[in-house]
Amino acid sequence: MPTFNLKINGKTHTVETDADTPLLWVLRDHINLVGTKFGCGIGQCGACTVHIDGNATRSCLLQVSQIEDAAITTIEGLSEDGSHPVQQAWKEIDVPQCGYCQSGQIMTASAFLNENPNPTNNDIRNAMNGNICRCASYNSIEEAVKVASEKLS
Amino acid sequence: MKDTFSRRSFLKTSALASGGMLIGFNLFNACKSDVKMPVDLSSLNYKDFNAYIKISPEGKVTIYSVNPEIGQGVKTSMPMIIAEELDVAWDDVYVVQAPLDTENFSGQVAGGSQSIRRSWQPLRETGATAKQMLINAAAARWGVDAKTCSAKEAVIYNANGDTLGYGDVVEAAAILDVPEEVTLKDPNDFTIIGKGKGNVDMDKIITGKPLFGLDYKEEGMVYASVLRPPAFGQMLESYDASKAKELPGVIDVITIGEKARTLLSEGKPNWSVKLSTTDKVVVIGKTTWDVIKGKKEITATWKTDSDLESTEDHDEKLLSLLHGKKFRTRRKDGNVKKAFANADKVLERVYESTFLPHNTMEPMNFFANVTEDKVHLVGPTQTPEAAEGAVASMLGRPVEDIHVDLTRMGGGFGRRLYNDYVLEAAEISDAIKKPVKMVSTREDDMATGVYRPASKYKISASIKDGKLTGYHLKEACINGNMYGLIPNFFPAGAIENYQVDSVRLKSNISVGAWRAPYTNFLASAEQSFFDELAEELGIDRVQLHMDLLDNVKKNPDANIEYSPERLQGVLKKVVEVSNWGKTADDVYQGLSVYYCHNTHVAEVADVIMENGFPVVKKVTCAIDCGIVVNPLGAMNQAKGGVLDGIGHALYADFSFKDGVPSVNNFNGYQLIRMAQTPKVDVHFIESDVAPTGLGEPTLPPVGAAVANAIYKATGNRLTKFPYAKYINVEEKIIG
Ligand code: FES
Ligand code: FES
Repeated sequence: MPTFNLKINGKTHTVETDADTPLLWVLRDHINLVGTKFGCGIGQCGACTVHIDGNATRSCLLQVSQIEDAAITTIEGLSEDGSHPVQQAWKEIDVPQCGYCQSGQIMTASAFLNENPNPTNNDIRNAMNGNICRCASYNSIEEAVKVASEKLS
Repeated sequence: MKDTFSRRSFLKTSALASGGMLIGFNLFNACKSDVKMPVDLSSLNYKDFNAYIKISPEGKVTIYSVNPEIGQGVKTSMPMIIAEELDVAWDDVYVVQAPLDTENFSGQVAGGSQSIRRSWQPLRETGATAKQMLINAAAARWGVDAKTCSAKEAVIYNANGDTLGYGDVVEAAAILDVPEEVTLKDPNDFTIIGKGKGNVDMDKIITGKPLFGLDYKEEGMVYASVLRPPAFGQMLESYDASKAKELPGVIDVITIGEKARTLLSEGKPNWSVKLSTTDKVVVIGKTTWDVIKGKKEITATWKTDSDLESTEDHDEKLLSLLHGKKFRTRRKDGNVKKAFANADKVLERVYESTFLPHNTMEPMNFFANVTEDKVHLVGPTQTPEAAEGAVASMLGRPVEDIHVDLTRMGGGFGRRLYNDYVLEAAEISDAIKKPVKMVSTREDDMATGVYRPASKYKISASIKDGKLTGYHLKEACINGNMYGLIPNFFPAGAIENYQVDSVRLKSNISVGAWRAPYTNFLASAEQSFFDELAEELGIDRVQLHMDLLDNVKKNPDANIEYSPERLQGVLKKVVEVSNWGKTADDVYQGLSVYYCHNTHVAEVADVIMENGFPVVKKVTCAIDCGIVVNPLGAMNQAKGGVLDGIGHALYADFSFKDGVPSVNNFNGYQLIRMAQTPKVDVHFIESDVAPTGLGEPTLPPVGAAVANAIYKATGNRLTKFPYAKYINVEEKIIG
């Protein structure tokens, strides 16, 4: 089986797996980074969102062979200790219900705010539209992204 | 509240060998007289006690509780109640999710909004008892009367101005007798209950720590993916796994099914998931991806063993049942027949809804390790006790051998009340003699699940001299939905001639509880009907409800489930806070009022027309759920329920063709997304009565609030879920 060198959260990991293995399962099953979640496997829900070179990307559709040179950031690497302004805003607003979708939400929000630090409400609603929250914590997510944007600016 | 209570027979204490005091308590049953309290933490025994509280010599409090958390905030609000009565700072309270290992424990179900309502009083009493024991110990040390002492934030005071911390007296307190009677706090003095407390797992959630069933791993664990029949009504005939077995990550391919089938044929457990009766092909592999890939390489042939049903046939049969005579009468007041015969006018409408999958965000999964000595099960279930019992029976093991550890659940909504996936995991591990994690893909989860049954209602009202004289509700539903309490919900008791009938259509599709079971569609049907009825009667919509509720107040009915006063209370509140009737001309409002799951709710939806399409902009919600224990958690649940309700009323479409579900992933099944969500404005009625649940009650009424608003905006009466299928909604808002 081929091996791949992946740069994840600033460290290089070598994994041996089929070339078509989605990054999601490499993270979860090979490297034990289980913060990135499985929701649909077809790019529809956003639960598996990570940053690839700073861009929010669905890891369930990304084959491991495609990303050898990229800088991959997962929820575990967003900050050392949960101190990223988006994580802090999530805590302040008490966003999570069951919590399962939230790492994907946070990864989408943090990449989005990096690009657009002063979003309008509509910007937020459109940017977050790809992430499903089955518990429908959307009002709180919207508010938390707003709060995070204030922290960042 | 100055009531006094005796918790004496419900709790016991011990001095911990490592220092500190341990309190074991039961919520609903007295402790057995011969049980021994453990003296070290490694031997906590949940067969004898529902939960334990440890107070350390440093005065820190740890609660070991077994309650599953499925996003209802129970894990946060239960300890809040104890901390309140025990009088310690919330920051000094830690919660440890205890493993479930019990045969006597009852009520360990996170469903039905019951958890808080049932345990409210016993939890308060337990906290108050522990506090009293600490005070008694301090009083004894000071040589003063305990009545002259008080406690606040883990410090005990006497009349002389002396103080002792809880930690200073825990050891002495641990060996005192449990007091006969304790006094509960006046709700006005609450400092923790009613103040927002964040989710206890917050830090782990936002940093991505392992928390959910799917995150759980053990040394030597393998993964399993189960191939189930694609259609309800099919069984496995044969399969070819040769290609799958060639894959390097695939360890083996086996079949399971016989054990679960035997268990089900014996009538155990009391639920049934139809797909549990067939043999299933299981791919065992090194990683999740290996088994997902392996499963795609299996070619299986299926044989038909019962009807392959289609929604079209269901619709036809349900409608003919609805218009037929085979009903079972659930409640009958006065004489509906006569009222209808004498009526000037009869209003009659049919309302229809589809099957719904639960679609918990975390798909079904469970870990099992079946060994000679014990059976270890880990994962998300809403009914751990039932899982334990079912696995014990299935494997022919004593229940003491089974040990269930609960993880956090990525949503429940009723799906995890059924332990079919736990049985599968156990059967697989038993067959391969290895620790295994059974993982479902989204497709498995959506297409081989348990569903909210499709149902239809016919509601008729008789009108005589401009007055409502009779009301007749008929239900026709796949495998049945209506049960004993529902006919006693509003408008029972408010109308002289009132009747509720139901009839079921047998089907081989598995149906079960789905968030706010029984009422999740009924509320929308009835509350849409009342809107039309008010119009027909020429009465203001709010007035119609107020008048009907006044009728109940004048002629109290011991059987009704709701309180007319509290229903009027939420109605008045929502009228006030939603600006009912006073909004701008381009805002169309729809009202819905409902009681279910012990909570009273009124909702107003504001709809505007954007580019000629209706868009829900805001929902105002007034809720009477008794005391609000944790406002932050309550707010989250209430808002989530409203948005979930809107999403499913508008978009969720799910049907069957020859036994096969119409969709199996989120590309075909639409869940509500952020751009479609209105703002939800929640108002709680101030109350000092025991809390009732919030996981469910805001969901059922909202469909009608939206439908009634859309009617005002477009003139279109919506009677079928999902509404978006029957109106023009802009592409953009469908997502
Ligand atoms: S799991 Fe990747 S988008 Fe759903
Ligand atoms: S918090 Fe449960 S899915 Fe988003």
